[in-house]
Amino acid sequence: MKCRVCGQAACISLKSYNTALCREDFVAFLEKRVLTTIQKYHLINETDRPIVAVSGGKDSLSLWYIMNKLGYPADGIYIDLGIEDYSSPSLTKIRNVADVLKRKVYVFPFREVFKKGIEELARTIRRPPCSACGTIKRYIMNRVCMDKGYNTLVTGHNLDDEAGALFGNILYWKDEYLWKKNLLLEGTEGHLSKKVKPLFLCSEREMAAYAILNNIDYIYEECPFSKNAKSLTYKSMLNKLEEASPGTKLQFIKGYLKQVKETERKESDFCTFCGYPTYGDMCNFCRMLERFHIDKTISFEEYDARDLDTQPEVMT
Amino acid sequence: MKVEWNGTVYEFDKSMTVLRLLERLSVNRESHLVVVNNKLVTEDSRLEKDDEVKLIRVISGG
Ligand code: SF4
Ligand SMILES: [Zn+2]
Ligand SMILES: [Zn+2]
Repeated sequence: MKCRVCGQAACISLKSYNTALCREDFVAFLEKRVLTTIQKYHLINETDRPIVAVSGGKDSLSLWYIMNKLGYPADGIYIDLGIEDYSSPSLTKIRNVADVLKRKVYVFPFREVFKKGIEELARTIRRPPCSACGTIKRYIMNRVCMDKGYNTLVTGHNLDDEAGALFGNILYWKDEYLWKKNLLLEGTEGHLSKKVKPLFLCSEREMAAYAILNNIDYIYEECPFSKNAKSLTYKSMLNKLEEASPGTKLQFIKGYLKQVKETERKESDFCTFCGYPTYGDMCNFCRMLERFHIDKTISFEEYDARDLDTQPEVMT
Repeated sequence: MKVEWNGTVYEFDKSMTVLRLLERLSVNRESHLVVVNNKLVTEDSRLEKDDEVKLIRVISGG
């Protein structure tokens, strides 16, 4: 197959766009889509200070790389769950990218703060690990924004994540979630950061290709708790449809975006201890800290690669 | 050729296209990328005897 743009050998075919591209033209094609998404939907303004939620996976690392390349300088935040054979290799890969970008990463050392792993914590508070983890991650990512002066939290949710979630929400008519997904969720000054998803229209396959073609070394392993995630089933069903009729996922999500109205954040109170939006006096996170007798001051470890003057090693 | 997929190495003698290989292993095109001798390739590429092939699953959960 030849590249549609330059005629050299293509390295990837994109059936949903009816095209095939070489390395250089694919990289430019994908970066342009991310830039257009940011601009068209006003995700990040000139005055914003964005921070990327990085996991060590292909989406967040590529997004971090692309943003810095496109002229949106951004630091990173990583929640280290302390899961053996998973968390620490993820952090190594994140640091490698930080070195290349010369940016800072904040790390929240979950196990050190809670003195137990996510599984044990979830069991104690009688919730599934992913639900407890979700609450903590949302909180900590917002907290780093509030404490360190970032106003925009950028996440690597991609087309497949969004299409899979939408599929699940429609399948079970989960009205309470159905119209809440969007590329941008506004924040509340001083309490809640704005949240944006610049990869909303980029597929997982494209993101993995982007990482490979730019030598961004990402973690292939999955968090052990994600194994039975229903979202994987939805994604693979959508990919069967996609294989049979290319462009299906994009059409599904673009159709959704046409219909969705800007969701208004319901008025709420703010936690008297930390200022996080909540109903009542104390947010779930502060309540959790209290239950485990943990001090309410949150601190982050920092890995700062901004002053590295040596040329970073090329990633393999 | 050697084909690495999901932690297992498969051996094939006959030359074939990437597309044919994906079909033989019942691998979905949309959820995988194919790397041959460390290079990303399209589905019409021909795989030869000495090629080292890696199928990369791109779908993540969570
Ligand atoms: S899969 Fe792992 S990282 Fe993701 S929400 Fe569940 S516990 Fe947290
Ligand atoms: Zn080209
Ligand atoms: Zn609180």
